[in-house]
Amino acid sequence: MKHSKFDVIVIGAGHAGTEAAHAAARMGAETALVTLSASDIGVMSCNPAIGGLGKGHLVREIDALDGVMGRVADRAGIQFRLLNRRKGPAVQGPRTQVDRALYRAEMQRETHEQENLSVVIGEVVDFLMDGSRVCGVKLVDKSELHASAVILTSGTFLRGVIHIGDVSRPGGRMGDRPSVKLAERLDGFNLPLGRLKTGTPPRLDGRTIDWSDLERQDGDEDPTLFSFLSTSVVAPQISCGITHTNARTHEIIEKNLSRSAMYGGHIDGVGPRYCPSIEDKIVRFADKDSHQIFLEPEGVNDHTIYPNGISTSLPQDVQQKYVRSIKGLEAAEILQPGYAIEYDYVDPRVLTSSLSLPEAPGLYLAGQINGTTGYEEAAAQGMVAGLNAALAVSGREPIHFTRADSYIGVMIDDLTTRGVVEPYRMFTSRAEFRLSLRADNADQRLTPLGIDIGCVSENRKSSFCNKMEKLTAAKSTLSEKTYTPKEVRSIGITINQDGNRRNGMAILAFPDVSFDDLVPLIPNLATVDLDIRQQVERDALYANYIARQQKDVEAMKRDESYEIPQDFDYFTLEGLSSEMKQKLSQARPANIGQAGRVEGVTPAALTLLLARLRRGQRLRKA
Amino acid sequence: MDTIFALASAQGKAGVAVIRLSGPLAHSAAANLTGSVLPPRGMRVRTLHAGDGSRLDDGLVLTFRAPASFTGEDVAELQIHGSTAAVNVVMQCLSEADGLRLAEPGEFTRRALENGKMDLTQVEGLADLIDAETEAQRKQAQTILAGELGTLAERWRRDLIRAASLLEAVIDFADEEVPTDVTPEVRDLVTGVMQDLQREAEGVQIAERIRTGFEVAIVGLPNAGKSTLLNALAGRKAAITSEYAGTTRDVIEVRMDLAGLPVTLLDTAGLRETEDYVENLGIELARKRAEDADLRVFLTENPSELGVSMLSEDIQVLPKSDLREDTEGGISGKTGQGIDHLINHISRVLGVRSTSHGIATRERHRVALNNANTSLASALAVLESGPDLYDIAAEEMRTAIRALEALVGRIGVEDLLDEIFSSFCLGK
Repeated sequence: MKHSKFDVIVIGAGHAGTEAAHAAARMGAETALVTLSASDIGVMSCNPAIGGLGKGHLVREIDALDGVMGRVADRAGIQFRLLNRRKGPAVQGPRTQVDRALYRAEMQRETHEQENLSVVIGEVVDFLMDGSRVCGVKLVDKSELHASAVILTSGTFLRGVIHIGDVSRPGGRMGDRPSVKLAERLDGFNLPLGRLKTGTPPRLDGRTIDWSDLERQDGDEDPTLFSFLSTSVVAPQISCGITHTNARTHEIIEKNLSRSAMYGGHIDGVGPRYCPSIEDKIVRFADKDSHQIFLEPEGVNDHTIYPNGISTSLPQDVQQKYVRSIKGLEAAEILQPGYAIEYDYVDPRVLTSSLSLPEAPGLYLAGQINGTTGYEEAAAQGMVAGLNAALAVSGREPIHFTRADSYIGVMIDDLTTRGVVEPYRMFTSRAEFRLSLRADNADQRLTPLGIDIGCVSENRKSSFCNKMEKLTAAKSTLSEKTYTPKEVRSIGITINQDGNRRNGMAILAFPDVSFDDLVPLIPNLATVDLDIRQQVERDALYANYIARQQKDVEAMKRDESYEIPQDFDYFTLEGLSSEMKQKLSQARPANIGQAGRVEGVTPAALTLLLARLRRGQRLRKA
Repeated sequence: MDTIFALASAQGKAGVAVIRLSGPLAHSAAANLTGSVLPPRGMRVRTLHAGDGSRLDDGLVLTFRAPASFTGEDVAELQIHGSTAAVNVVMQCLSEADGLRLAEPGEFTRRALENGKMDLTQVEGLADLIDAETEAQRKQAQTILAGELGTLAERWRRDLIRAASLLEAVIDFADEEVPTDVTPEVRDLVTGVMQDLQREAEGVQIAERIRTGFEVAIVGLPNAGKSTLLNALAGRKAAITSEYAGTTRDVIEVRMDLAGLPVTLLDTAGLRETEDYVENLGIELARKRAEDADLRVFLTENPSELGVSMLSEDIQVLPKSDLREDTEGGISGKTGQGIDHLINHISRVLGVRSTSHGIATRERHRVALNNANTSLASALAVLESGPDLYDIAAEEMRTAIRALEALVGRIGVEDLLDEIFSSFCLGK
């Protein structure tokens, strides 16, 4: 029997697991990444794309903390598109199609090159316990790995069931074994569980598709990358095809609805509303006679096509029939049928904002097991768990991401205080401080934090400091003098002739005024680099709105500074309704700010809570 | 830190009303009203003026310097005449001042707590405050929802959700099959809501619709003399009275001033079993209004026969004492016997309960309507630039929706997503 000792063990090498393992290792923790097979590292089990609206923001934030997802996606990206390119920078989201094989290879390379990080091949069957504390894992070959912190990123493996039509079988991803034993151990912690489902489309053989008459979608001519350190696209670029379902397709699906796992009553889990199966689309939007399908190549040298928009749980023969009713797909061969998967998730309200589980100290949960969906959401949670596990191992304070500093903070707060009702996906509309949480300033928001806790490489640190120096210099050049409206008009900018003097930053805050417009007025600006010019413009654009939000941000931060002990007993709090007590007990808010975001909690109730906390403090001091 | 203010004394026509201000601008805001410099700590008699110079009231102005104050911040107290009108106009002046806002329930206490100024036994009183707040909100919600304003607020909510969700759909689902320009529909929705808001904010209707006083329901069997009693209390013939049982089919309201407190008396249909469909409707309504009222006067020998539960402070009087030999505990609208006693009893109960919720609520709504209107106007202006500036338009919408929260309820991202997913077929 082998025994090994690590600081942090990560179970599962999906997007949450790899990011968690890298984060812990960057922090200097001896980390083991345990996976069933080394080839699982960096596998994309769903659509071959990274980023998007809200999701692209998350990837930028992961990158700002020196995480791996952004730079790997940049090297594996084969069609970069900046979504909402014409709209304001706050709602622009970088996205790319990814070459699956390249992504996996790059992720594996990063993983092997990362210091302090060992990959352990094996199946985890149990935790090692020290009282209620989790202190390691036991593998199926009976070997034991010890560690102060364990991060579980088991995805859909908890009682996962795959459905293809009326055929179902236990399983995680297609072709993987479910982890039954580990599920039983988790049951012992008495965690509140829920059931969710998600689906995938059939994969097609691109060589059997007739592309000749199909619409094409190309990437941007001037690609926007994810990593602040990437400079250019590496992989060859491709375009996607677009086709549509038609009346014949809908007829086939309608006729066979009862054979769909979803509509045949085989599935209880709740699916995501933003990613409905083709059955759902046809039933719920019966008046729509056609649905768009993106034909996304899974790689440059891979003939597999991912038809985005027709995920399904119909039987294989029906899948074949409806696929072939679609233009361009008349002779398409299905390489792997579409399927729906049902799985258990842990109600994330039991987690702390470090994603640790108070019931089992030393254990962290990240990714799909917490009720989220998407590679980016998973990776961002992995980052949070990995950093915090490493901090805890070295006896340091946890790092707390807030709604005011990042989408990561928005997601963690949503999950841990509100829980989920469907697979949780990020949208920009979830961020109330959307105008300040931009993809373009993720580094300004988070890299200093990363430098502070020590998860950022020297290379990134110096590149960031260099950029900040230039940015600060440009902004001070813009701010050092003020100009009359008349002077401003003299360079061709029309603003209100109100007699108010404004500095360069204030003039730049007007819509339609660009950095270049100001150069005649402030000649020193002529030497500022192009990328810095763009950054200053973006920072100035929302300045007035961000100033207005500042008061809300401060109030929130003040509330969040009043911490509530994990074991606080709401039922002893006289004056709260029993419904309010119940909701607070479930959400277990970490502070007064989170408590206020629990549904139905009033300001006076918060004051009462605060009063009780104060009294507790006094007693402790005495 | 904001400077907050609230009516600190009980509502009603008491001799003196106390409006308390706390925060960095407390002294300067008080000084602005008095038009003179105030001492950092002390008491002055001053005349209060509005921004346009018009005279508001004479009063006593007390100033306390941080940290030696109730909240530990700079505090000013305006002690003015206790009439509803005087309090209203001063509160309105304060809410229009920059940097000042109405305090949330419990906010003074919270600040005192945060600044270590609170005797922790005082905190126990907070539990009562939460009860009062919950009760007040329940009542408030009922009055809003029951009235014409409820119908309006419901429409605003629906239209605002729709407008905001259209903008968010175009932003968050840019790579899917959603319309790219939703400006016309959003413009129509926003314009509609703005017209309503303006009308409400300018008009006096809102003052009528949101009750500031207490409701007292008179309940009893048919022909127990409820209407006669009401007429006697109100001093005028407000309800039709006759000798036939079941005359009052609607709930009749009479607003009156009872010992300085604004009170609405409700004369309800007699509560009896009847075959008459219309009368039954009236009885159903009567029961509901009676349950929702602040206080009930049971005009009956046996309260349990009325189907309305009698709460601890409710009052029971025996009907038609003019027809009784023993008049103890009885009342007669006809002869006036026992009326004074009843008025004293009602005002004693309500006097204890009287809170500042009414005026504060009305002022809060006025401010909310104005703020929402301003933000919607900005949104409308930005919308003209089309989808390129939807990020800004959405931000203004969000601000407007937050301002209206007290009226239309909280609108969270889930409400927007619900609307988006039910309107558009999304999901690649």
